[in-house]
Amino acid sequence: MTNSIPEIEDADCIFIIGSNTSVAHPLIASRIYKAKAKGAKIIVADPRRIHVTSVADIHVRQKLGSDVALINGLMNVIVSKGLHDKPFIEERTEGFEKLEQTLKNYPPEKVSEITGVSVEDLEKIAITFASSDKSTILYAMGITQHSHGVDNVKSLANLSMLTGKIGKPSCGVNPLRGQNNVQGACDMGGLPNVYPAYQVVTDENNRKKFEQMWNTQLSSKVGFTIMEMMHGLEDGSIKGMVILGENPAGSDPDVKHVKHALEEAEFLAVIDIFLTDTAKIADVVFPGASFAEKDGTFSNTERNVLRIRKAVNPPGDAKPDWRIICDISTRFGLPMTYESPEKIFDEIALVTPSYAGLSYARLEKGPIPWPCPTKDHPGTPILHKDRFTRGRGLFHALEYRPPEELADEEFPTLLTTGRFFPHYHTGTMTRNSITLENEMSEGYIEIHPHDAKAIGLTSGENCKIVSRRGTVITKAVVTDIVEPGTIFMSFHFMEANANVLTNPALDPICKIPEYKVCAVRVEKLEESNSLETEVAANA
Amino acid sequence: MEIEYVRTTCPYCGCGCEILLETVDGRITQTLPSKTNPMNQGKLCIKGWNVHEFVQSPQRLTKPLLKKDGVLQEVSWDEALDFTASRLQEIKAKYGGDSMAFLSSAKCSNEENYLFQKFCRVGFGTNNVDHCARL
Repeated sequence: MTNSIPEIEDADCIFIIGSNTSVAHPLIASRIYKAKAKGAKIIVADPRRIHVTSVADIHVRQKLGSDVALINGLMNVIVSKGLHDKPFIEERTEGFEKLEQTLKNYPPEKVSEITGVSVEDLEKIAITFASSDKSTILYAMGITQHSHGVDNVKSLANLSMLTGKIGKPSCGVNPLRGQNNVQGACDMGGLPNVYPAYQVVTDENNRKKFEQMWNTQLSSKVGFTIMEMMHGLEDGSIKGMVILGENPAGSDPDVKHVKHALEEAEFLAVIDIFLTDTAKIADVVFPGASFAEKDGTFSNTERNVLRIRKAVNPPGDAKPDWRIICDISTRFGLPMTYESPEKIFDEIALVTPSYAGLSYARLEKGPIPWPCPTKDHPGTPILHKDRFTRGRGLFHALEYRPPEELADEEFPTLLTTGRFFPHYHTGTMTRNSITLENEMSEGYIEIHPHDAKAIGLTSGENCKIVSRRGTVITKAVVTDIVEPGTIFMSFHFMEANANVLTNPALDPICKIPEYKVCAVRVEKLEESNSLETEVAANA
Repeated sequence: MEIEYVRTTCPYCGCGCEILLETVDGRITQTLPSKTNPMNQGKLCIKGWNVHEFVQSPQRLTKPLLKKDGVLQEVSWDEALDFTASRLQEIKAKYGGDSMAFLSSAKCSNEENYLFQKFCRVGFGTNNVDHCARL
């Protein structure tokens, strides 16, 4: 996030796009409700009638994957009405002329046709966002999980810069991170192209610096992304894999294919706290420690570095994951002799400029948002205040591209995916929590009454969902939360996992898969497929 | 009976709510929201209130497992570590460091992610490390 979470409640206009905030980030949703009570205008752009729309002043249901067109349309209205922030554009940005040229291709009437959003709503949103004093954008995976995810994010940055709503309190472009430490894993260099603090591996100075600090020789070649690793296992360029606390056999698109790839590995080691579908395939599984059983730090979505503290011992012979990594490394021939997480953190501060001023002693008093370059620096709740990281903010002139897989005769329905309120990701944690599992013990699809009627499907009935990748049988809930022609499903339930169906088409730049749109067919189960045949077979 | 309250951070979403884990004689008895933390101000969601339940699930892994004759079997730490170290050395020697891939974790700590990518980059001379940020 460019701004901090508490600032949200003082915004005058909150534009929520591709974030099911009350389900995925409930405590951020509570800031939205507070802002609403203080008089803020709430705009929601989401294909589903999600819970947070109950407080929305404007809710539009753009067609799946039409976000670039939608945002270009909003910017077209803003520019044609002269509502853009000319001094900000002049002083802080570059590339406006090119953007302005592209926006001419997105008049409201045409955008309305692409997105399904009315011209009147487009104008209302554009005017409200641009003319409010403090306008903030909140987005999540509904924006990023597309084959044009990078374009979606850049479009939101365009909108924010165009209206001068960045670098100021209660404004900004704010991705809501879905995992507790996805920010930290990126900050620490858990990415194939960068060392800690986003220092690119192809830059010779960076490489020399890390070679010196780590006393080694490093590769200048950008590594494989997760989906490339899976392809590598299949084509034989990757022979072995070590997986720390992740479950790609449940979370990746087209999981049947992913499981097959993992089985190809000559050696697969997994460190986890449960025997996940991924761990079941492994040659060796190490029992790790949960957050409650070790010391350390997480970095949350607002870049706050937060302490975790050990409350109890890990169960049985399980060990903290940092110790397991040290043990494997040492026996492998690369000795790692850190006494404690604090010692590791001290090394992190040495090699990570944005964490350089942080220490456990300072974090004891409370979280500090990075960048925090020196011991007396208070941290940075608002990014881009006086300048952007690259100097001037760059506008990107972007054209709308449709999703990779569209509905056709054979697969006439579009599937989109997301979370349900009591569960989380592949369910490894929440389905092992009695209260949460009791709250919702099986998944379902949401299907519009019109579509359900067409195939004679009723609420509570099992149905079959088929895509080009696979087939899933699960319950149907008939509801107008979804629009006709679309269904919604989660990937919390491994026995009926949406990722059996999802499309592994990738964004060309960041290689994120298109989880949010794929083509499927919903079928009513034949009676003969169900109980009667089973009874007959058993007789 | 010994009651303790440990101030820590919820591991579910990216909000980073501060929680207090109540322990009685070394077992977590409940999760409470921190009232003084500016993020959650005394509130938690349904997942946060119940976060201790998965920690104490009987399904937790408690011993290293090694696949023998196609079945994962409980083994000692020494056996699991030695097996892993020798397989990693063999693959590096036979196919080179770029033939290894490492998946880091958005659920693990900064310290663990740092060590993991260091192990990959220094131990194998490859940048084949990624995690689920793009998923």
